[in-house]
Amino acid sequence: MATVEFQGKQVEIDEDGYLVNLDEWTKELGEKMATDDGLSLTEAHWEVINFLRDYYQKYQIAPMIKILVKEIAKILGPEKGNTKYLYELFPDGPAKQACRYAGLPKPTGCV
Amino acid sequence: MAETGKLEAKPVSFEDLIKWEKIKYEAPELTGKIETPCIKENASLSYKAQLYKGKDAIARLGYPTEGLIPNWKEKFLEKMDEMLKKYRSVRLFMDICVRCGACTNKCHYYLGTGDPNNMPVARAELMRKIYRRYFTPQGKLLGKKLTNSEDLTEEMLALWYTYFYQCSECRRCSVYCPYGIDTAEITMAAREIMNSIGIVQKYMHEIVDKAQYIGNNLGMIPDAVRNAIEFVETDLQEQTGLDIKIPIDQKGAEILFVTPSADFFASPHIESLYGYAKVFHQAGISWTMSTYASEGGNFGLFVHNYNNMKIINKRIWDASRELGVKRVVGGECGHMWRVLSSYSNTLNGPFDWLNPKYSIPQHICEFTLDLINKGALKLDKSANDEFTVTFHDSCQVARGMEMGGTASGQYEIPRAVIKACVNKFVDMPENTIKEKTFCCGAGQGLLGDDMLPIRVKGAMPRMQAVKVVKDSHGVNFLALICAICKAQMSKMFPTYGYPMEEVGGIHQLVSRAIVFGAKEGI
Repeated sequence: MATVEFQGKQVEIDEDGYLVNLDEWTKELGEKMATDDGLSLTEAHWEVINFLRDYYQKYQIAPMIKILVKEIAKILGPEKGNTKYLYELFPDGPAKQACRYAGLPKPTGCV
Repeated sequence: MAETGKLEAKPVSFEDLIKWEKIKYEAPELTGKIETPCIKENASLSYKAQLYKGKDAIARLGYPTEGLIPNWKEKFLEKMDEMLKKYRSVRLFMDICVRCGACTNKCHYYLGTGDPNNMPVARAELMRKIYRRYFTPQGKLLGKKLTNSEDLTEEMLALWYTYFYQCSECRRCSVYCPYGIDTAEITMAAREIMNSIGIVQKYMHEIVDKAQYIGNNLGMIPDAVRNAIEFVETDLQEQTGLDIKIPIDQKGAEILFVTPSADFFASPHIESLYGYAKVFHQAGISWTMSTYASEGGNFGLFVHNYNNMKIINKRIWDASRELGVKRVVGGECGHMWRVLSSYSNTLNGPFDWLNPKYSIPQHICEFTLDLINKGALKLDKSANDEFTVTFHDSCQVARGMEMGGTASGQYEIPRAVIKACVNKFVDMPENTIKEKTFCCGAGQGLLGDDMLPIRVKGAMPRMQAVKVVKDSHGVNFLALICAICKAQMSKMFPTYGYPMEEVGGIHQLVSRAIVFGAKEGI
């Protein structure tokens, strides 16, 4: 298992860069993962990440994309409530990339 | 690694031989032609699948948890002996191949990579070489040199792990084999042998475990399933102004509807769920989904370990009995259809309590077409006029047993549903559809992101066929009936330069075309 050094601490990540121990997540670590990908997280990114984390705490899984889209429309305005906008924020796909920055496991299955 | 594929003398650990590394990939330029490539030795040797390290899950599945076990050779041969005895088909396939070469250029992974080990005959030879060496009198007596066989070495095992995870068990090669050798069975046996010595692939086994112990491939707990489905129900009611319901765990319903968990999680899969619900609503037939049987896709099929497949399938069997339904209808899912229609009876016994008047199980396409033919569904084709549609036959459905009680129903029924929903439909070239269909490139355990480089190569033949009908007819919608195909194609379309939105389910088209308020019920 690989580790990354962050703020003087060794944090375990899997081969795809997802956190192994989800409670090791911090906002700064999410930020660093994005920076390493050449992405700087804006407020809109954080709305997504925070929503994913809240949902995960309740249901032990990330929300389906439509739930996320609807929530984002509510917070950021209807013109942003679409999958295309989410892909603009997270080019590798909101489910996978945003989950990684949010410290959530990667979704499995036929997705 | 030397050019010839033989290993150099320098010792390399087994872990290094099968180590996964991130490989950059890009799609080849599409020409519309599917040509047999020149042989490129070792072209895809470096494309490995990630190993599973989830020890608890591996233990639950009954495999060794600490990686390759110390006495692996002994256990390997023991397990192979067991496979050869238990599955007489595998033994037969070891013996009867005459190396005619009919299969060589039929595999999408060979066409995409040019790696000779992806020729189905060569992939199977990886097992036959061990078979001849250890399971035939001449191999035991004369050793490898005189019998074209190989000793069981770590290098050989690494080749197994590499190339048996570059087979999507789609069985296209079997269609062309004059002896009917089912190479998928050889891959399934090889994977189970590797599992038994601690070489467990991550993507599919993580899912097999979740499907068994949580109930679906995504690992959604019942509350999460309920939340997702209730969201769709509310959204449907808002969109249509109608009281469309998606019942959950409802006892006494006429129909239990089972579909991949991706259908209530991912896009474009979810659009078909809207379609299913609208069809049931308009038909006026009571139906229910189940939080217990919340998965259609049975990944237990991917290895020769019927126990896993049986446990997963039993959820559907149990739920249908417990809920007291009369029919089981399956959604757009390739592996579900193959397992439910071809294996379920022998795994868990027949569904004795279901109504024999209907197909057991029934595919959602058959269900919908039946309603259309009875005049119970009114469809407005012009709602889909922006689309020119083509249909990708999913390998597990196309080369499964049947649909709707007829031998070629699996080709005709989905097409008939599409044609009832759209004005413009065109098929891709004949050698890429129906029984000769090409796999999407990610079936049977290869859909993980770790496999993206090989997925892109394997998708090439299908993408070439898509290009043909795009150029000739302006096709802008690829209709699918499998969750893996949907996930793979919505990744491959943008990779090959086409919009992701051009990929979707058949019931996505039904959903757009359905006219409410027409004659209700049947």
